[in-house]
Amino acid sequence: MTGRAIRIAAGQGFWGDWLEAPIRQVRGGPIDYLMMDYLAEVTMSIMQKQKSRDPAAGYARDFIPLMERLLPDLVEQGIRVTSNAGGVNPRGCAEAVLGVARKLGLGGRLRVGLVSGDDILPRLDELLAQGHDLRDMETGRPLADIRDQVLSANAYLGMAPMVEALQRGAQVVVTGRVTDTGLTLAPMFHEFGWDPNDWDKVAAGTVAGHIIECGAQSSGGNLLKGWRTVRGMENPGFPLVEAAADGSFVVTKHPGTGGVVSVASVTEQLVYEMGDPRSYITPDGVADFTTIRLRQLAKDRVLVSGVRGGPRTDKLKVSIAWFYGYKAVGTLVYSWPEAYDKAKAADRILRARLKDLGLEFEQVLTEFVGADATHGPLAGPPNPDAPEIQLRIGVRARDKAPVERFTREIAPLVLTGPPSVTGFAGGRPQVEEVVAYWPALIDRRVIEPHVRVEILEA
Amino acid sequence: MPRMVPLQLRYLAHARSGDKGNTANVGLIALDPGHYDLLRRQVTAARVKRHFRRMVGRVERFELPNLNALNFLLHDALDGGGTISLKTDAQGKVYSTALLRMEIPVPDTVARRARKGTP
Repeated sequence: MTGRAIRIAAGQGFWGDWLEAPIRQVRGGPIDYLMMDYLAEVTMSIMQKQKSRDPAAGYARDFIPLMERLLPDLVEQGIRVTSNAGGVNPRGCAEAVLGVARKLGLGGRLRVGLVSGDDILPRLDELLAQGHDLRDMETGRPLADIRDQVLSANAYLGMAPMVEALQRGAQVVVTGRVTDTGLTLAPMFHEFGWDPNDWDKVAAGTVAGHIIECGAQSSGGNLLKGWRTVRGMENPGFPLVEAAADGSFVVTKHPGTGGVVSVASVTEQLVYEMGDPRSYITPDGVADFTTIRLRQLAKDRVLVSGVRGGPRTDKLKVSIAWFYGYKAVGTLVYSWPEAYDKAKAADRILRARLKDLGLEFEQVLTEFVGADATHGPLAGPPNPDAPEIQLRIGVRARDKAPVERFTREIAPLVLTGPPSVTGFAGGRPQVEEVVAYWPALIDRRVIEPHVRVEILEA
Repeated sequence: MPRMVPLQLRYLAHARSGDKGNTANVGLIALDPGHYDLLRRQVTAARVKRHFRRMVGRVERFELPNLNALNFLLHDALDGGGTISLKTDAQGKVYSTALLRMEIPVPDTVARRARKGTP
């Protein structure tokens, strides 16, 4: 590495991640950027559900009290934030950030960048009419099949609008659906003035983003190799990258924190959610993960170099949430002796009752937790002396009525089924609405002209 | 010729898995870089499909010699995936360890050393 490095720290790996992490990233050592990734495929569906109940909701609400705690430090030290906390309501999120800034007396001292234009729901019929059929990337079905069930539709934006927001002086950049990796790429391109068509630089920044986008999952969390030897996870050090102008970077964490940054911890994160490693496609370019070189430089310091990439494609991915149906999961616990056999008998009885009631389901799935829930038949025959087995039975249907009735069939098993049963104190299972994910591709030329960057002043 | 014995992958590799829709991926990483080639030869897509049988659909494999790793895509493995799935492991997080149950034939000297080395 040569020249000045910039330090980009991961503060959240998903919506619901450890709330102390961003605080410790800001106060535990020098950083230039705090990167806060909140969005997974499922998250957009959940936010959409919340927004349909309350138009002011639809973003990662946790972000606001967090900003309230951190803004004084951020402003004081000039640390900038990139975050997709905006979810399906980035404007609501940005305004809430401005609200807490004013409350903290930071009026006139904070600029918030708002990136919008990813939301294509208002334009959906127009786009379909123009021949963009938004086929499901997995099944090939055209979106027209489920058009009236669509709840949200967002294109994954790349780094460009975030780079613009940073260039225009935004200290906190709030976006809707941008790619996780773009949140890390944007600071690099802004700081180093890289050419967005320098594909190796795009690929390098993408790899950096992928390594830190799941928070501590690259710094000792969920690490299988030598998991017993990972120390200090009561205070896990979230990862940060020290990026250099040549495209290489070091993955590390603050001194005095727990966890580990090793070739093993970084490799496990690199392969997480991987498809074809030669073409990791983002809106900004295509990274080739088979070119990545890793080297342990020192304790908790891994150098990443050699990353190559190729040009961006002319398509953007679109994440569509649609109303699918209903599901519910019920559980009961059976104790030794013959716990598994009792649970199995209960399952048989329950299924017969559901059938007798004439209830129709798309799926009825039984798992025996303690015997086969995670590895199925690979786990081998159940332990005849298991101290307990949890019967876990789930149903899914397009209609609500059969799922609703199912939720009333669990508790009766306690007095009308096999013995030694417990664990039903939680009450009846809840009927859940299933909002499903529909990934599609769209021509980027119909999205990009609609992307807007606004700078809002506290 | 060394005597060949079956050895579970847990002694030769570590792994992490994730999801994309109804597909689970498993990244299988050699614990000892010297064993990457053994994994590459023995842990084929066809063998992995045989291991999982009806738990998964089509299996694809990609090689990452730079990371001493293989990446497997297990299609149709998640009961619809994401929010649709009724599975405990709806997002395929522990297909990784399910793959580590698989046995491959290795020279007994390799097996003995690998068993000792795994924490």
